[in-house]
Amino acid sequence: MVKPVVTGAHYGLRDWLVQRVTAVVMAIYFLLLAAVLLISPPHDHAAWKTLFSEQWLRIASFLFFVSLCWHAWIGMRNILMDYVHATGARLMLQILVILSLLFYAVWSADILWS
Amino acid sequence: MQRKRPKHLNLIEIKQPLPAVVSILHRISGVLLFFPGIPVLLCGLQMALASPQSYAELQSFLASPLIKGTSMLALWFLLHHFCAGIRHLMLDLHYGIVLEQARMSSKLVLVAGAILTLLIGAAIW
Repeated sequence: MVKPVVTGAHYGLRDWLVQRVTAVVMAIYFLLLAAVLLISPPHDHAAWKTLFSEQWLRIASFLFFVSLCWHAWIGMRNILMDYVHATGARLMLQILVILSLLFYAVWSADILWS
Repeated sequence: MQRKRPKHLNLIEIKQPLPAVVSILHRISGVLLFFPGIPVLLCGLQMALASPQSYAELQSFLASPLIKGTSMLALWFLLHHFCAGIRHLMLDLHYGIVLEQARMSSKLVLVAGAILTLLIGAAIW
């Protein structure tokens, strides 16, 4: 009797977990940011600038953007695998998604630390 | 009694159950949050933090009713995605996996997404 062997790239469980961990990180960030904005709502440019010059908020925000990009990659890849069946087109779109997400991550760091 | 079964499964013609509607909205909102959502968010953050001039530009941009309406739509996408995601996490923890409860929670997600959008939208309009 042949033992059924599960094949595949074996990234399924890891991606499933990453999708959820990044979601929880983002949810916590939203609650944190909402609390900060409710307690002392910034009304002008100077107030926003002061708020985002806090190192802890910069780090939290960067963590949020990294989570967002990672989360978006897994979601977009799943959607592309489901709906785009032509290998070449799917590969091109996936590369486009990866490059744009890398760009967004670097851009967010540039905004936060400039 | 022999139940009549559908002769075809055309996604447009059959009536989708509510969890399916929540699920496809989760996907659509996810794609739109990726693009144009992320770059627009980063543009806004950059304008808010760069200089008093760009901050004022952002403010006058956000003041137009068309942009406000679009932002509300974006807010709904975000909150629906958020609520549907929480439902997913609950299902992963084996809460509400019975069919009736799953239907109920999908209804709850749709309603909560809409109500939160109205509340937050009204607060920041």
